[in-house]
Amino acid sequence: MLLTRKAEFSASHVCAHPGWSEERNRTVYGANANPNGHGHNYLLEVTLEGDPDPVTGMIFDLRELKDILNEEVVEPMDHRHLNREVPPFDKIVPTTENVAIEIWRRLAPRLSRGGVKLANVRLYETSDLYVDYGGES
Amino acid sequence: MKLTRRYQFSASHRLDTPALGPQANRELYGKCNNPHGHGHNYLLDVTVAGSPGESGQIASRAELDTVVRERVLARYDHRNLNADVPELSGVVPTTENLAVAIERALLANWPLPARLAGVRIQETDRNIFELETKR
Repeated sequence: MLLTRKAEFSASHVCAHPGWSEERNRTVYGANANPNGHGHNYLLEVTLEGDPDPVTGMIFDLRELKDILNEEVVEPMDHRHLNREVPPFDKIVPTTENVAIEIWRRLAPRLSRGGVKLANVRLYETSDLYVDYGGES
Repeated sequence: MKLTRRYQFSASHRLDTPALGPQANRELYGKCNNPHGHGHNYLLDVTVAGSPGESGQIASRAELDTVVRERVLARYDHRNLNADVPELSGVVPTTENLAVAIERALLANWPLPARLAGVRIQETDRNIFELETKR
């Protein structure tokens, strides 16, 4: 059975590869490369897979899930500049793909226990663009 | 990893199959069979799959937008699907058939490194059709 919990955070970022010229960054990332940055209201959907516990009837304690999402994602990223304030985005371009992978990396160890595992991270950068990441390399 | 981008187009259509008579068409398609047609604001989600690579992007948003705009939006938006879209000629423009036609239009000489993973079309808030690309 799948369980999905949503969380939101608002953050600014710049998408520009430090090893590339300004022109190449402009070509690859368009307006996302504007040097002073811009922001999004990110919407995160975290999906867990597992069986309901026979006693509690729950796959995962929702309050604990909310606390983990807050600790690992919302508190460190909300109202922050991702490149300047949230490692590893001082070194890695904070595209939607890379932010989703980083969120997976932070959450997977804390959400996998017993028969429960993190199944998918869906990150909306806008209502028109989202990525899905399931831990694949 | 997958990336999904949402687009919108508005078009009119009429559902009527030559395989059935007028009465049977009215019974089968209901209001969708009204002779002068009607329209929808379609939402089209296009999903691609791949690895982010050095740029951190599965696909260039600009390149994906160009493909979808040229092959679908420019040809479907503000058109009559029965009359104006050649690949739908002789096809009942149900959203199922629309999904198949759009997938085919996108797949022909697909130009991006990322793989086309599927299309999803929302005809109204209550009718959604999704097709997973197998190739």
